[in-house]
Amino acid sequence: MPNNDSIPTSADVSKAKTPLVLDVQDLSKNFGGLKAVKEFSLSIRQGELVGLIGPNGAGKTTVFNVITGLYVATSGTIKFKEQDIVGFQPFEITQMGIARTFQNIRLFPNLTVLDNVRIAYHPHAHYGLLDSVLHNKQFSSKDKELTERTQEFLSVFNLHERQGEIAKNLPYGEQRRLEIARALAAEPTLLLLDEPAAGMNSKEVVSLMELIHFIRDRFKLTILLIEHQMRVVMGVCEWITVMDFGEVIARGNPADIQLNPQVIEAYLGRGAAALSQKLSEKRTYAP
Amino acid sequence: MKRFDRGTLLFFGVALAFILTIQVLISLNLLGDFWVTLLRIGAVMAIVSIGLNLIYGFNGQFSLGQWGFFAIGAYTAADITYRWANDQSASGLVIVLLVTLFVGLSFGISSKLVARARGLDPLSSFFLYLVLVILAAIIAVFVGRLLINPFTSFLIMLPGWLSMQIVFILAVLLAGIVSAEVSYLFGMPVLSLGSDYFGIATLGFTIIVKVLLDNSDTMFGLVEMKGARGMIGIPKIGSWLWIAFFLLAVIVITRNLLHSSTGRAIVSVREDELAAKAMGIDVAKQKILAFVLGSLFAGLAGGLYAHINGFLHPNTFNFIKSFDPMIIVVFGGLGSISGTVIAAFGWALVLEGVLRLVLPQGFETWRFVVYPLLLLVMMLLRPKGLMGGFEFPYLRQILPPLPKGLQKARIEQPSQVEETSAGD
Repeated sequence: MPNNDSIPTSADVSKAKTPLVLDVQDLSKNFGGLKAVKEFSLSIRQGELVGLIGPNGAGKTTVFNVITGLYVATSGTIKFKEQDIVGFQPFEITQMGIARTFQNIRLFPNLTVLDNVRIAYHPHAHYGLLDSVLHNKQFSSKDKELTERTQEFLSVFNLHERQGEIAKNLPYGEQRRLEIARALAAEPTLLLLDEPAAGMNSKEVVSLMELIHFIRDRFKLTILLIEHQMRVVMGVCEWITVMDFGEVIARGNPADIQLNPQVIEAYLGRGAAALSQKLSEKRTYAP
Repeated sequence: MKRFDRGTLLFFGVALAFILTIQVLISLNLLGDFWVTLLRIGAVMAIVSIGLNLIYGFNGQFSLGQWGFFAIGAYTAADITYRWANDQSASGLVIVLLVTLFVGLSFGISSKLVARARGLDPLSSFFLYLVLVILAAIIAVFVGRLLINPFTSFLIMLPGWLSMQIVFILAVLLAGIVSAEVSYLFGMPVLSLGSDYFGIATLGFTIIVKVLLDNSDTMFGLVEMKGARGMIGIPKIGSWLWIAFFLLAVIVITRNLLHSSTGRAIVSVREDELAAKAMGIDVAKQKILAFVLGSLFAGLAGGLYAHINGFLHPNTFNFIKSFDPMIIVVFGGLGSISGTVIAAFGWALVLEGVLRLVLPQGFETWRFVVYPLLLLVMMLLRPKGLMGGFEFPYLRQILPPLPKGLQKARIEQPSQVEETSAGD
C-alpha cells in the first residue's frame, strides 16, 4: 500500500485556490475489530466536483456516514468551513450545510412529492408549535410562503406538476431526482451523493450527469460523489479519490486514475494491472 | 380571501349537529343511561386513541404506555374533584397546579443545562432532569400548602355548581398536563431505544402505574384513592357536552398540528428516520413532541373518564386493557384521525353495547372472542385499517395549488431528457 503522504490531495492538485469547504484529516472508523476506514484524508475546495470510488466494501459509504454524523469517527478530524464537526448530531450537520442522498433511495415513501421537499424546509419554518396548533395568521402566511418556495423549487427540477404524487409511485429516475432535490432543499453548500446512478438505465444516467452539472452551477455547490459507473465518474468528476480496504490508494484527475496501476489492481486484480501496464498506451480502462 | 372553506364548514356543521342531537336526546331522556354512558366512553376512547395514533400512526413509535397515562390522568383528576366535592378543599387542585408549574419550570432549566453541556448521554441528562423534578415537586408541595386556604375560600365564594365546574375543568386540564410531564420525563431515556424496545418499555410503564395505583393508599398516603379497593365518591359530572367538546378540540389540535411543518416533521420520522436526520430534522425532538402530546390527550381522556361512572379501580388500568386503544387505532387505520374516531365509537357501541344485548344470557364474554375474530378478518381484508388513509374533509390534507407563475412555465433545464424516460 502506498504511503498516504506520497498521494497528492485534490486540493494540492487543484490549480484554482478557492477556500476549503471540507477538510478531512486522518479519519478512522472502527467497528469492533474491523477497520472500515483507515487514516482517510480528503480536502475539497469550493466549487469542486470530487469523486470517491473504490471496489465494494472499500469504506466509501462509511466515510459519508462519518462526515454526516451518522457514525462517530474513531479518530481524526473533519472540518467543514474551518469548523470541526465531529461529535455533532446528523441534523445539526445538515443544518450547517452538508446534505446527502443515499445509496438506496430513502425518500419518505408515503408522502407526496411536495411534502418530501417541504420537510427539508422544516428547519427554516419560522413558526412555533403554538402557531401550528392554532393555525393563526402567523402560521398561514409563513406556511404559504414555505409551500410556494417549495413549489418554485420543485419547478427547477421539473417536478412541480407531480407535486401531489406519492413519492413511492414515481418512476425510478424521478425518485432519484426528487431525492437530490430534497437534499438541495436543505440548502447545503456541500452535497454528498451516494451512488446516484445505481440502477439507472443509460438514458437516465445521461440526464443524471446533466443534472449534476446543472445543480452545481445553479446552486453554487461543492459535490462529493460516490459512484460505480465509470461513465459517470469520468464524465462528471474533476478529481477522484480511490479507496480500497478503507485506505486511500490513489488521487488525481480522471485521466490519471484510469491508468493508475494501483487502481486497476484494486478493481481487477494484479494480473490485469500488469497487462494494462503493458497496453497502457493503446488501451484505456473501461467499466 | 375566504376565512373558511366548504370542507371546514361541513366538518364543523356535522360535528356540532351530531353533538347537539345527542345532547337533545339526552335532555329529553330518549337515550337510556346505558347508551349515554357508552357514547361518553366512546368519545373518551376516541381521545385516547387519537393520542396513540399520533404516537404510533403518525410518528411510528409503537407504544403500549397510553393506558398508563390514561390511568395517571384519571386518578389525578379524580383526586382533585374528590377533595373538592367531599371535603370542600382545594388542596388537590392547588398542589397539582403548583407541582405541574414548578416541574415545567424545572424542565426548562434542565433543558438549558443539557444544551450547554453538549453531548450528554440520554441517561445522565435523564438523571439531571429527575433530580430537578423531585426538587421542584418538593418545593411546590411546601409552597402549595400555604396557598390552599386562600384558594379554597375564594372558590367557596362562588356558587356551588360553578365552582364544581371550574374545579372539574381545571382537574381535567391538569390531568393532561401531569400525564404530559410524566411522559416527557419517561420518554427522554426510553425514546432513544429502538421501536420494539420502546414498545416493551412502555408496556412496563403501564404495569408499573397499575401496581402503584394498587398501593396508592399505603405507598403515597393518598387514602381517598383506597388502593386496590377502588376509588369511589368521585362526582359524576363528566357530561356528554364537555367530553364531546374535548374530543372536538383534540381532533382540531391534532389536525392543525399535522397540517403544519411540525406535523410533517413528525410524520417524516415514521417514514424514514435516517432520511429525516439527514434532512436536518431533530428526530429525538419530534419523537418526544409526539409522545408528550399523545400522552397529554391520554391524560385529558383519563380525567374525563374518571367522572363518567364516579368509580375508578386499578383493574381498569390493567395492561391487558392497554391493547384496547391499540386495537382501535389499528382498526381505524394508522394515520387516520377519522378512522380512529369511528373505530372508537364503534368499539364502545358495538362491542360493549350491541353485542352485549344481542348475545344470549350467559354468553356476554363471547364478545372477547368475536372481536379478535373481527380484527383478524379486518387485517386480512383491509390491512390498512377500516378507513385506510381516508380522512373526512377538513381533516384531509389539501394539495396547495401551484402558484400562477408555475402553472405553464417551463424552465430551461436539462432534466427534459428524463421527462421522456419517466414512462419506462
